[in-house]
Amino acid sequence: MTSQLFIQYLFAGITYGSIYAIVAIGFNIIYNTTGIINFAQGEFVMLGGMIAISLHTILPLPLAIGLAVITTMIIGALIEIIFIRWLKNPSVLRMIIITIGLSILIREAALHIWGEGVRSLPYFNGNEISTIRIMGTNISPQVLWVIGVCAVIVALLSLFFKFTSLGQEMRACAANRLAATLCGISTKNMVTLSFMLSAGIGALAGCVVSPITYTQYDGGTPLAIKGFTVAVLGGLGNSMAAVIAGLLLGIIESFSVSVVPLAFQDAISIAILLTILFVRPHGLFGSKEAAGLKEF
Amino acid sequence: MLKIKNLEAGYGKLRVLKRISMHVDTGEIVTIIGANGAGKTTLLYTIAGIIKASAGDIQLLGNPINQTKPEKIVAAGCSLVPEGRQVFSTLTVRQNLILGGYVQYKKNKVNTDAELQHIYDIFPVMQQRENQLAGTLSGGEQQMLAMGRALMAKPKLIMLDEPSTGLAPLIVKNIFEIIGKLRNAGNTVLLIEQNAKAALAIADRGYVLETGKFILQGPSEDLLVNRDVQRAYLGREVAV
Repeated sequence: MTSQLFIQYLFAGITYGSIYAIVAIGFNIIYNTTGIINFAQGEFVMLGGMIAISLHTILPLPLAIGLAVITTMIIGALIEIIFIRWLKNPSVLRMIIITIGLSILIREAALHIWGEGVRSLPYFNGNEISTIRIMGTNISPQVLWVIGVCAVIVALLSLFFKFTSLGQEMRACAANRLAATLCGISTKNMVTLSFMLSAGIGALAGCVVSPITYTQYDGGTPLAIKGFTVAVLGGLGNSMAAVIAGLLLGIIESFSVSVVPLAFQDAISIAILLTILFVRPHGLFGSKEAAGLKEF
Repeated sequence: MLKIKNLEAGYGKLRVLKRISMHVDTGEIVTIIGANGAGKTTLLYTIAGIIKASAGDIQLLGNPINQTKPEKIVAAGCSLVPEGRQVFSTLTVRQNLILGGYVQYKKNKVNTDAELQHIYDIFPVMQQRENQLAGTLSGGEQQMLAMGRALMAKPKLIMLDEPSTGLAPLIVKNIFEIIGKLRNAGNTVLLIEQNAKAALAIADRGYVLETGKFILQGPSEDLLVNRDVQRAYLGREVAV
């Protein structure tokens, strides 16, 4: 493999990997406050892209993206308030089934609203053929946008959880829900907030990646599977591990193209998911003891 | 301070508390003793709003709190230190304490630093451990942290659920000394214990809970010399 090709593959891997990481972080945020996997996470990514595309017909791009993120956050909050919040002591399995139902619902609604057509946002800088030269190869500027935006999301999230009062409350809720209640924290509001937050970052990811991967009504599901793989790979609930696991999966996928046909790309991530579930169900970076105590 | 009348509560169809009534006056230490499964923890959870009462009244400072959400009850001035400490093990000691002061911060929007220093004065070891993760503390230290965290909310009534569980005798003595000090500083304490002797030694009054009912109540000195209490809870054989 030439060094040029190597760098090409590497950038492609990092690009997809950072999207997977963002989806996985969305999973983790909700998992931490509720203990459930929100299978509608991929649909948030799709919704963000779709809404931004529709809004962009009348609004400038940054405004369209901003509004799309806010709209998706509102949808996320509404979903939690309507379908999850009022349940009394729901079992984890019941909530997971609800999110699977929701993902189907959102997908079908999107099909009715936007049709089957493949859409995309325009490239943020330049167009499909404009490139930047990095380390001897040509990279689309959109790739840098994706990597940059994902890095900023991760950095802002960790600052949010470390230094803001709200972030601390969410962490408290994740660490021990009973104790958080006894500190006077409304855990129900924290759950709503976690849905808003993951909807928001999912939507933003959906917007930046749209020019490269295109957006379609059913584009969320494969992303959700990849994101779930990454979340499990890193260890459920651990967002920093998800970043490493995401990049790892992205890079493995992109390099796999050089050895096996492209059609096997998805099979590889599923194979990784199964292997992890069989061999290290607590993830690469998770602790075995902690995993043993978890309900799911 | 706290008044309970004909309270009934339980889990689903299981009735754990059967029409019990009690009260705690300001500045008192009141203890509830009883065996496992008597309903002691259920009672505290019902007062704290985590379990909803199916019948009866709970009044805190004259206001009914039966239907109040748990987080509102904390804000109203009643904090629970749950059994098994329940510290935020992945956060530092300092972060744990600051979260405890969350209701105060919400109410007044002032920094809780002064309160934090106050807690460090009561529990000097917490200041040494300030930046350590709470999960790495010893059992006794975690108990102190849980108590400190509850005190950060400046409760008018602090409820302690079996603070001595799983601790070495020397640490238990230390914890009970601190409970005594809390009362001397003007706090009101509702203490639940299996260690009846130690609990009655510092309490002003006591209740004996058995299968969801109070079978005895009165000043601690009276309970300490009561034959039934001695036989059942103090492990002392008395000549009949």
